[in-house]
Amino acid sequence: MGTVDLLIQGLGVAIQPINLLYALIGVTLGTLVGVLPGIGPATTVALLLPVTYRLDPAGSLIMFAGIYYGGMYGGSTTSILLNTPGESASIVTALEGNKMAKAGRGGAALSTAAIGSFVAGLIATIALAFLAPWVVSFALAFGPREYFALMVLAFVTVSAAFGDSALRGLVSLFIGLTLGLVGIDLQTGQARLSFGVPDLLDGIEVTTLAVAMFAIGETLYVAAQGKRAPATVEPVKGSLWMNARDWARSWKPWLRGTVIGFPIGAMPAGGAEIGTFFSYALEKRLSKHKEEFGNGAIEGVAGPEAANNASAAGTLVPLLTLGLPTSATAAIMLAGFQQYGLQPGPLLFTSNPQLVWGLIASLLIANLMLVILNLPLVGLWVRLLTIPKHWLYAGILLFATLGTIGANPSVVELGMLLVFGLMGYALRVFHFPIAPVVVGLILGPMAEQQLRRALAISQGDVTVLVTSPIAATLLTLAALALIVPMILRARGRGQVLTQMAADSD
Amino acid sequence: MTTEPLHRNPERRPDRAALVIAAVLLVLAGIVAWDASRIGGVVQYARIGPQTVPYAIAICLAGLGLWTIVEALRGDFPEREPQEAMPVLWIVAGLLVQLLTIRFIGFSIATGVLFALVARAFGERRFWISIPFGIVLSIAVWVIFARGLSLTLPHGPLEDALMNLLRPRTTA
Repeated sequence: MGTVDLLIQGLGVAIQPINLLYALIGVTLGTLVGVLPGIGPATTVALLLPVTYRLDPAGSLIMFAGIYYGGMYGGSTTSILLNTPGESASIVTALEGNKMAKAGRGGAALSTAAIGSFVAGLIATIALAFLAPWVVSFALAFGPREYFALMVLAFVTVSAAFGDSALRGLVSLFIGLTLGLVGIDLQTGQARLSFGVPDLLDGIEVTTLAVAMFAIGETLYVAAQGKRAPATVEPVKGSLWMNARDWARSWKPWLRGTVIGFPIGAMPAGGAEIGTFFSYALEKRLSKHKEEFGNGAIEGVAGPEAANNASAAGTLVPLLTLGLPTSATAAIMLAGFQQYGLQPGPLLFTSNPQLVWGLIASLLIANLMLVILNLPLVGLWVRLLTIPKHWLYAGILLFATLGTIGANPSVVELGMLLVFGLMGYALRVFHFPIAPVVVGLILGPMAEQQLRRALAISQGDVTVLVTSPIAATLLTLAALALIVPMILRARGRGQVLTQMAADSD
Repeated sequence: MTTEPLHRNPERRPDRAALVIAAVLLVLAGIVAWDASRIGGVVQYARIGPQTVPYAIAICLAGLGLWTIVEALRGDFPEREPQEAMPVLWIVAGLLVQLLTIRFIGFSIATGVLFALVARAFGERRFWISIPFGIVLSIAVWVIFARGLSLTLPHGPLEDALMNLLRPRTTA
């Protein structure tokens, strides 16, 4: 069956009324939580995972798709109206978007962000549908050593290639890898780093870690800043609709942003942020209105927002086809899959095509729902931003603890939430990135399994890891991704990399 | 969060806090290696077993610890914002109260107290407002999630009383 048939079949799954309802709940909740300041898509997805606990796998993943896209949409609203981007991928949006809002053009900024996200999401999701089977056919030839090499590459790109310090990225990664060791070793049944505590034998839940590090860590960090930096919400003045000139200036950036964002997301390169910075730089160079950049140029909102959404859809390519999460959000989604015993990867496409294609189709539907729902509802989202800080963060912690309590209300589990929350806070204070911890936790044990499988096949011969051309190429790329940025930083050319810090998702 | 330009420490004094981080990494490396050394007894067919990867991670952690010492001594860590301790303590207190009491007093009261203590951290001192507000909100969440989405949330006297109140109407 061709991709088109499969996609149509998937749409058949996605437009069943109950699934449409799930998608609607997903986009609404996702936007609702995503719009809160300081909450990015990763946190949104982690906070809302408990909502999906009792649904069937298909329904749960469809709701998840909605939450994911809704969270991203909410994040851009926050950064335009509040200038405290809820997610690092929206930093660029905040640059121009907030200036536009200050100049009374907030409506147009929100519109170009929403429609740009829609256009990019649509094109990127279709690209995902066509690219995925191709990657799957390629991935079926992958053995343990190729997977291991791929994971090493993902480790490096997520932690050390971008951001302002290879050291701090690697420290975060290895904290995650260490946490990933906790629990029963799957192959031999030996308990590792469990110290005789029964609760630790099952390992550390990705959702517990993600919620603690993102939601609780961020709350602690904001609280510890005291009264500094009072953010003001820009009221949405003027028309919500873009005028003819706005359209004329937006459509090319949307398409260019998509073209930049999707491949970056689809490669195991970590994070949606990188594409947004490239897109911003490109739009600034190409623009006929260079003087407007920094004062509210619509191209500076349209391009990066499109790039952001396109690369978010792109990260689903490695996640669905290889089981490889390259962002914190993808890591949490992988945890969502695993809660139903589903392992994304080439086999999922053959064993459970309805689910995979239903999910991809739901992304298209969620995307459409967002653009229809959110422009009219923008007033409601704006009002959410005006909730006083103390109620807002108190509520965030209520929901942060809810998921853990629902899964396992033990003192140990809640204690982990507290400890990891403090750890997330400390990492923020010292400018360590958070995403590598989460990715390390979930990807570490997978990489270990592949490594041990590869070495078991070769009877312990380590050279087997580099004798496959694919594995050798991937490992070389990983080494380059580690070393080249370090040289750049040492030569004082690190600012570009600093800007591309893979941060909150 | 990492986008602002980094201010290198001009005096290049050793950074005490960064040295503490290095020490934590070294201790962590020690714990991982010690734990790995206790695994054993399994005769390994290949040379790789459940202790191999922990040892590798321990070595990397130790290496990163040493690297951190170098950066700390050179003053390479970015400047930090001054932090206020009290709000952090209020939030930690809230989480501690919740995790210690939730089994006995139920989700709503324990979480309501957490809610009020977090609000206190952000400057809301009126506990007579924030605690009842938090409890009412938590009850609403409990009803939605425990009843509506059948999530198991611990119940206490308040939830039981509420359910008793509602039961005659729902069964009738």
